Amino acid sequence: MDFTVALAQIKPKLGCVADNLALAEAAVADAVKAGAGLVLFPELALTGYFLKDLVPDVAVRLDAPEIIRLQELSRHIAIVIGCVEVSSDYRFFNSALYFDGGELKHVHRKVYLPTYGMFDEQRYLARGERFRAFGSRFGRMGILICEDMWHLSAPYILAMDGATTLLCLSSSPGRGVSEDESLGSTAAWQKLTATTSMFFNCRVLYCNRVGYEDGVSFWGGSEVVSPAGSVTARGKLFEEDLVVARVEEGELRRERIFSPLMRDESLSVTLKELERIDRERGC
Amino acid sequence: MLMGSLGMNTTLARTILVGFIREEVRKVGLSRAVLGLSGGIDSALVAFLAAEALGPENVRAIIMPYRTSNPESEAHARLAAEQLGIGHEVIEITPMVDAYFARYPDADNMRRGNKMARERMTILYDHSAARSALVLGTSNKTELLLGYGTLYGDMASALNPIGDIYKSQVWQLSEAVGVPRVIIDKKPSADLWAGQTDEQELGFTYREVDELLYHMIDLRYSRDELLAKGFGAEFIDKIQAKVQNSHFKRRLPVIAKVSNRTIDRDFRYSRDWGK
Repeated sequence: MDFTVALAQIKPKLGCVADNLALAEAAVADAVKAGAGLVLFPELALTGYFLKDLVPDVAVRLDAPEIIRLQELSRHIAIVIGCVEVSSDYRFFNSALYFDGGELKHVHRKVYLPTYGMFDEQRYLARGERFRAFGSRFGRMGILICEDMWHLSAPYILAMDGATTLLCLSSSPGRGVSEDESLGSTAAWQKLTATTSMFFNCRVLYCNRVGYEDGVSFWGGSEVVSPAGSVTARGKLFEEDLVVARVEEGELRRERIFSPLMRDESLSVTLKELERIDRERGC
Repeated sequence: MLMGSLGMNTTLARTILVGFIREEVRKVGLSRAVLGLSGGIDSALVAFLAAEALGPENVRAIIMPYRTSNPESEAHARLAAEQLGIGHEVIEITPMVDAYFARYPDADNMRRGNKMARERMTILYDHSAARSALVLGTSNKTELLLGYGTLYGDMASALNPIGDIYKSQVWQLSEAVGVPRVIIDKKPSADLWAGQTDEQELGFTYREVDELLYHMIDLRYSRDELLAKGFGAEFIDKIQAKVQNSHFKRRLPVIAKVSNRTIDRDFRYSRDWGK
């Protein structure tokens, strides 16, 4: 179906869940006013990114009052938002929650926790163990959190699981100023979202945050990418924004006819070869 | 001549650095900044970025000459401040520095230079408290990596907008933001004694060392790769040693571990905690 999406390019405060929930509530209200059926927030929107030892302090259980509040807000609009989720055995996950119709419908726990260079996620967070597509009133979807998207197998699994919309929540730090027109991280992500959507004939809804944490900027530039890899709407760089765009079912239908890559993709060949590789590696 | 690698999109860099100053100052509930203006390019660039970020009325420059400082330096500092329309004042550090060294008349240039840098630091931090203004750092990436600065002196600050920018890039960005030509074109100098220039004292040019540092640090070239790129063995080893031997200046003081949760080792929070 056709729908309107809003990408809430916010500037979370580091470690301040109540303040960030208020930011989210305001953005949800704006998105509803703009006629959106779905609003997407960045990775760790409820907490900020460079949390380090704050992780346990800002984590929420899935029955926490903040989660109940987001459930209530989702009576009017579907909401996807990032937070730190704590499980009953006290593992802390970098999670994305999908709410709709007053209920929590789907949880994705970030699988690929970058722990290199400027990143230190695996030190503080537990790793998710699955990529699962899920049904929504906008069609079948899959969620990726930032680094997940850099592992081609992740969108591959979601696309093979029937997702036609990939939701990507991001906290991408700005880095790589050269003579080029764009920041290194901006150029890399723009290539990635366009290529991913083309490889899998999926639309990509990418929401990145803005603001600074300890001198590190987050560059924004949230975007709606069509299943053919073209950008339909893009947010401002480095500034808060609410990107509102119309997503058309016809675009997906036509792209799947022009370029039936997913129809032709052989799950059995892939599986057979991956199993062989796994066997051979085990030797 | 730049080989291209240190070329910089100055519009983008300016956006990031101006945003950095604005947000990191306001985040702590303040609106003002203070910095030492030496008359050189680094502090001039920071003053320009700060005036753009916070408004000229919210930036205070302190000019702190010593009796052996080149009078041209003070003139250039005034020129930059007046062009920006930022408030500025001259506080001469000669009485404080000389009063101290009256006890140690034989002290060498390094001790005197360090004392001057730290004297200036105490003045900036006093103005920081007096005006509720954050102290802006003016050390560039080249100086920080080579350790060409005084620990707790000119290296001390609350926020450093140019610490990830090599000197060669400072020149480019300074042109883009409109730092006066005379400040851009003159030879860099710590101005501790008459006629001193950085490049003479260091024994190489900033352009040479920036190319090397960029390949060594940013691109992580191995020694063999650096040699193949045309950098001399002696130069590589000298710079590698400088970076390594000055690393202590880029770290907090080392704390002896006794408890289970030691500051900065297993007690880890961002500085922007709650901001």
